[in-house]
Amino acid sequence: MISRRDFLQVGMAASAIVGASGFGNWARLAAQQTLTQDQLLEFDTFGNVSLIHITDIHAQLKPIYFREPSVNLGVGGNKGAVPHVTGADFRRLYGIEDGSPSHYALTHDDFASLSQAYGRVGGLDRVATVVKAIRADRPDAILLDGGDTWHGSYTCYQTQGQDMVNVMNALQPDAMTFHWEFTLGSDRVAELVESLPFAALGQNIFDAEWDEPTELFPPYKMFERGGTKIAVIGQAFPYMPIANPGWMFPEYAFGIRDENMQAMVDEVRAAGAECVVVLSHNGFDVDKKMATVVSGIDVILSGHTHDALPEPALSGETIIVPSGSNGKFVSRVDLDIRDGRMMGYRHKLIPIFSDVIAPDPDMAALIDEQRAPFEAELSEVIGQTESLLYRRGNFNGTWDDLICDALLSEREAEIALSPGVRWGPSLVPGDDITREDIWNVTSMTYGNAYRTEMTGEFLKVVLEDVADNIFNPDPYYQQGGDMVRTGGLGYRIDVNKPQGERISDMVLLTTGEAIDPARNYVVAGWASVNEGTEGPPIWDVVEAHIRKLGTITVKPNNSVDVIGA
Amino acid sequence: MELTRRNMMVLSSAALAASSIGVLPAMASLADEQIAELTGGAEMVEGELSISAPEIAENGNTVPIDISAPGAVMVAVFADGNPTPAVATFKFGPLAASHDASTRIRLAATQNVIAIAQMQDGTFQRASAEVKVTIGGCGG
Repeated sequence: MISRRDFLQVGMAASAIVGASGFGNWARLAAQQTLTQDQLLEFDTFGNVSLIHITDIHAQLKPIYFREPSVNLGVGGNKGAVPHVTGADFRRLYGIEDGSPSHYALTHDDFASLSQAYGRVGGLDRVATVVKAIRADRPDAILLDGGDTWHGSYTCYQTQGQDMVNVMNALQPDAMTFHWEFTLGSDRVAELVESLPFAALGQNIFDAEWDEPTELFPPYKMFERGGTKIAVIGQAFPYMPIANPGWMFPEYAFGIRDENMQAMVDEVRAAGAECVVVLSHNGFDVDKKMATVVSGIDVILSGHTHDALPEPALSGETIIVPSGSNGKFVSRVDLDIRDGRMMGYRHKLIPIFSDVIAPDPDMAALIDEQRAPFEAELSEVIGQTESLLYRRGNFNGTWDDLICDALLSEREAEIALSPGVRWGPSLVPGDDITREDIWNVTSMTYGNAYRTEMTGEFLKVVLEDVADNIFNPDPYYQQGGDMVRTGGLGYRIDVNKPQGERISDMVLLTTGEAIDPARNYVVAGWASVNEGTEGPPIWDVVEAHIRKLGTITVKPNNSVDVIGA
Repeated sequence: MELTRRNMMVLSSAALAASSIGVLPAMASLADEQIAELTGGAEMVEGELSISAPEIAENGNTVPIDISAPGAVMVAVFADGNPTPAVATFKFGPLAASHDASTRIRLAATQNVIAIAQMQDGTFQRASAEVKVTIGGCGG
């Protein structure tokens, strides 16, 4: 649950930067530990095949801050199982020392303080350095991109994904799968995919009209590496037309399609594959279940839910490797493939500390070239923040609190709704807020900020529906986002109840009155999946709000009372 | 208007049905009644009959389902949350090369799609799949 204590900690950690409270000690501890590129890349090359996995970059070309969630609840059989372990519990589970680089990279607490010592993460020029280093060890390593690559920034939006395609092509991936890419619209997706010098995979991307596989997205690709045959099967995000606007890509149908996955595994095995790798955008818990339903998968490279784990999770005989998001991590997995099977593996989740890993000069130049036409718009300072601005968490984050405030104020609404997406980097106290920063947390092709009326009864239906997409005990019914964020509306949620019974005690925060099922409320929100949604783009709404305030301070948010965590 | 009234109505009708759990048993019993009528109340066993449907419908108005019924002479399909549960009946002659059927059906809300197969020896088999119909909205 989101306790008052958690919020206090965030507040205290943030204030430590200015006020030097006891929490600031982590920064000092951290600074004493020296970290080198060689340490980050150190790897005892193993077996005969190497996989390199990066996923959910969300168009973050440059280094950013990214705070991991403090609240990430598992339900049903996954209650208390990774990745649904956060903070100190996560560190104890993996033996991570407080104040260490892994603490900063993998957990949320003392984030603002530790960020002073460890700095930004990611940057595809740094990722390029890491990929090159791995290829120096193993020239035929297979680089796989798990998707959510062509979405999430100002330049990606303006170039309709071209900036990301140009930069990723320079990294020379071997295959990719998809999710947010489809929100560019099916024509643009087809245009970009046809231009790719590598495989665009998705065994679950079907033609919607005939429910048949497509030519554009083959199910798998075979690689002959290290004296063996490896099959990489793509698995796109199963619920694209439901979680995103299906009218933007009406030609395609998705779904988990685990029966077809089994058929593909059998087909590649019959064709001589000694190792089967699934490049997945299912989300972690769906991957974990799929590994128990489909037999014969050796490795699932897991994306979508933005989890990062320092070691693979085992499900049946399959290892699951989740590699984080926003360019913050690269996974290296070395495999020993012999006698028709995977005999062993060695794995490292490499955090991309941008101050430690040297940028690759060619890639840095290529990235700057993509950004150059937009530099003036990107770098304009709109305001400053005194608070840590982050998004991740099942129920709220300070970025979304700010966005909801902007909607309430700029759209003159009683209640604001903001989608529970998991992308969007963080800003630390004292940072300028640039236009680029605002676009990093709002950019999308359906970002119009609507204003409408909803009855109290319908608001409950919305909350119940979204809650079931996250907390349904069967992972196959989970869509992998977080709870819709609410502004002006408080509620209680029991995550273990069935749909229709989770949400209670809804209150209008301005008056403290209970939400009346029969009354109409003025609601502002964004990211509607309905065609023809009208309103100003959300980034303009947020920019106008920040410009008026000048300096942002986000108050603690106790409006969601969580039960059953 | 941003969310059009039509859209809102589509949303609320789908979601309303999903949330009004109180209504479901009445409809479920309607499906049960029709199934009982079909089978004459005979006991049903699980067998090779299988039904495959998406876990979450991409569009509740056209949900693809596949039925595989080796050895069946007839398969009837019911949607237990629809106002009219009976969806389709497939008959397989003695020379049928395959006992598979595919179609698309409309689902008003989250519900079970149930297949009842009558076998050559007159016994019945039952299989079902839950299909969720959701508002959708926020993916990671």
